Amino acid sequence: MATEMLAYIDRKSFIHGLSGATKLIIFIMWSSIAMLTYDTRILLVLFIFSMIVLKVSKIKLREIGFVLLFILAFLLLNNIAIYIFSPQEGVKIYGTSHVLVEIVGRYNITLEQLFYQFNITLKYFAVIPAALLFIVTTHPSEFAASLNKIGVNYKIAYSVSLALRYIPDIQRDFRTIAQAQQARGIDLSSKEKLTKRIKNAGSIILPLILSSLDRIDTISNAMELRAFGKKKQRTWYNERNFNRHDYVTMLVGFIILIVSLVITFSDGSRFYNPFV
Amino acid sequence: MERGLSIKTIVAIGIGSAVFVILGRFASIPTGIPNTSIETSYAFLALMSIIFGPIAGVLIGLIGHALKDALFYGSIWWSWVLVSSFVGLFIGVFASRINIQSGIFGGKQIITFNIVQAIVQAIGWFLIAPTLDIIIYAEPANKVYLQGIAAGLSNIVTVGVIGTILLISYARTRSKSNSLSVE
Repeated sequence: MATEMLAYIDRKSFIHGLSGATKLIIFIMWSSIAMLTYDTRILLVLFIFSMIVLKVSKIKLREIGFVLLFILAFLLLNNIAIYIFSPQEGVKIYGTSHVLVEIVGRYNITLEQLFYQFNITLKYFAVIPAALLFIVTTHPSEFAASLNKIGVNYKIAYSVSLALRYIPDIQRDFRTIAQAQQARGIDLSSKEKLTKRIKNAGSIILPLILSSLDRIDTISNAMELRAFGKKKQRTWYNERNFNRHDYVTMLVGFIILIVSLVITFSDGSRFYNPFV
Repeated sequence: MERGLSIKTIVAIGIGSAVFVILGRFASIPTGIPNTSIETSYAFLALMSIIFGPIAGVLIGLIGHALKDALFYGSIWWSWVLVSSFVGLFIGVFASRINIQSGIFGGKQIITFNIVQAIVQAIGWFLIAPTLDIIIYAEPANKVYLQGIAAGLSNIVTVGVIGTILLISYARTRSKSNSLSVE
């Protein structure tokens, strides 16, 4: 069971020095742009810009390599699926057809289709570095404080913080239970038939769920004793105040957002069409 | 006395999201059809929505799914995250009709639960997820609808089988109301 998972990587860099709330705001703006636009020029700029930020953050590609590999595999499969299901989607969007390679009928490879799939892939490439960076440069405890700072109710922010705190514990529970059941001959691997596997999965997740429900009781009693939620606000041990760097970063992010939206929607379509 | 969320709900959201993440990552069983697996995490989500109600459901779906995507896959597929929270919310809305805390989860409740979950998930996976995929990612319609239908059917069956089993087992751990008899 490979358990590689993205986690905070401690470094000294400009990005690590920013407050979590700044990074969260930038991340939200960044994903919104990448979701809204289909303009190749903007996506390329975003991608190059996020590579520069990656460099500044001193995070090495090797450290997040396993996730990148997974995403590349996903993008490859996704692109193949798109081509199989709709090989002329690009022609439909851009309105012209330049056939490059003749295969059969609608499976002819067109320049428009290649460009469309390039854009889909680029859309992921533009947002993935930002998401990865946000996760590996923000300390989990600071993350909850940041959520609260940008206006999320502190009780909900606290739930997120609880979730991050307990993921490793529950992962350990899961493994213990799975191993105990395997010792009793309950197999969850692909050697077992599908119906049997589903039944076996049930015998692992039921103890996990019941022990987690117990955990909920224990933790909520402890919090109740400490009068959690009594006041309208709370302070955070890991909260960081905004400094000059934060304001500058947010300003830059905001300018990028506005410029991207203006360029994207100025010609009435969110696609950049080089074919006309 | 309680203003807004109770402490128990807050903790349930936190721990529930963590369990959702772990089940989604380690306890999903591939069916052999590409991109479709038996997601035991949705059976768990349904259970939590029934026990703790719609607010817990919507937030476990949202936080759990977003964290799972972010921590293991490095990017968040918002279209599908929103469907998870939609499913959590609307199964939770019917929680009071099932009233699992009474310890009774027999034929009538099983039927109610399964009708509700099938309708909610059908709307979510067959309609909302593909439509959002088209709006956000401009993917080809026939591809995303087929993906949605495959994922939806498998999730409806998973919640129907594993979710029902979980609820029956959970109900057994509650003491039945009206279980005392005069001697």
